[in-house]
Amino acid sequence: MELERERDDGHTAETILVRRAQAGETAAFGELVSIYMQRCYYAALGMVGSPQDAEDLSQEAFARAFKARARLDPERPFYPWLYQILRRLCYNFTRDTSSRRRKLERAGGWLVAEARVRASVDDPERVRATDALRDRLEVAIRELPPAQREVFVLKEFEGLKYREIAELLEVPIGTVMSRLYAARQRLAVRLDGIE
Amino acid sequence: MTDNTGRIDRSAELLMRELDGELEPAERAELERLLSDNPELREELERLSRLKEVTANMKLRNPPEEMWAGYWTSVYSRFERGLAWILVSIGAIVLGSWGAWYGVRDLMADADLPTFVKWSILAVIVGLVMLLVSVLRHRIFVSQSDPYKEIER
Repeated sequence: MELERERDDGHTAETILVRRAQAGETAAFGELVSIYMQRCYYAALGMVGSPQDAEDLSQEAFARAFKARARLDPERPFYPWLYQILRRLCYNFTRDTSSRRRKLERAGGWLVAEARVRASVDDPERVRATDALRDRLEVAIRELPPAQREVFVLKEFEGLKYREIAELLEVPIGTVMSRLYAARQRLAVRLDGIE
Repeated sequence: MTDNTGRIDRSAELLMRELDGELEPAERAELERLLSDNPELREELERLSRLKEVTANMKLRNPPEEMWAGYWTSVYSRFERGLAWILVSIGAIVLGSWGAWYGVRDLMADADLPTFVKWSILAVIVGLVMLLVSVLRHRIFVSQSDPYKEIER
């Protein structure tokens, strides 16, 4: 009940911000950016695997959303709309072969071991093993088909529920589960032998 | 564990729900029954659990804190630059068209220039315009048949 009321309040506040932004108030859009910039950045990071490109693409998504703000329905949540812009940019970016070499050079270093794992690893040998595992995981995730990778990142690193992912991607829950299952199968094969 | 359409079967669905902590109490009994009857399924669960454990110990790397401070300014600058490019493009097209119109008119009116030179210059100009239109039309066609366009809102 409390959670529902908070969500309603959040949605009302967001509706007001969207209306103000549509009325030409730049600062209101700036507030929306402040609310969603981290979520947008991390979503891009999961999709493209390069911090520099994630910053670039997430900012571009906001800039395009600002330009197209008149088309946004204030009664609908802002983030799913922004996410559609972002994922289109990221899909186009990853399939653009003209800058493949540059992308490969910039990719990597986007995953990090959780603090509790880092704290418990005081043996240099284990540190190296953790780093090697992280590198293998990064490469394996990067080589997943974009649709599988997207669902995998939303589930594993953003912690969304199946229903939330389905709403964000506008696909049935069954599709989310089958993409996630396929992604896990591929990764399990790639990381075979992990301890 | 997937059919021809790529849909996962019931046992795979229950495995996934178990891994992700989205298993309903009624489904747990069903999964346990399936696991006790099927050693391959148990093996699959163990394999995917190991993967889950690895990913649970990883997170997306945080960017430097100062990135957030300048984030909105960068977004707004991008928007401004986009707007500036649109204005520059519109202005350039209008001025270019106007200049081309007057240029061609003066060229055709020039009595000192041989006729074949006039028509050659005109052919070059028309050819360039046709090339431009063709490239633009192709780009519009490609964007319309984009296999990813379904993800557009």
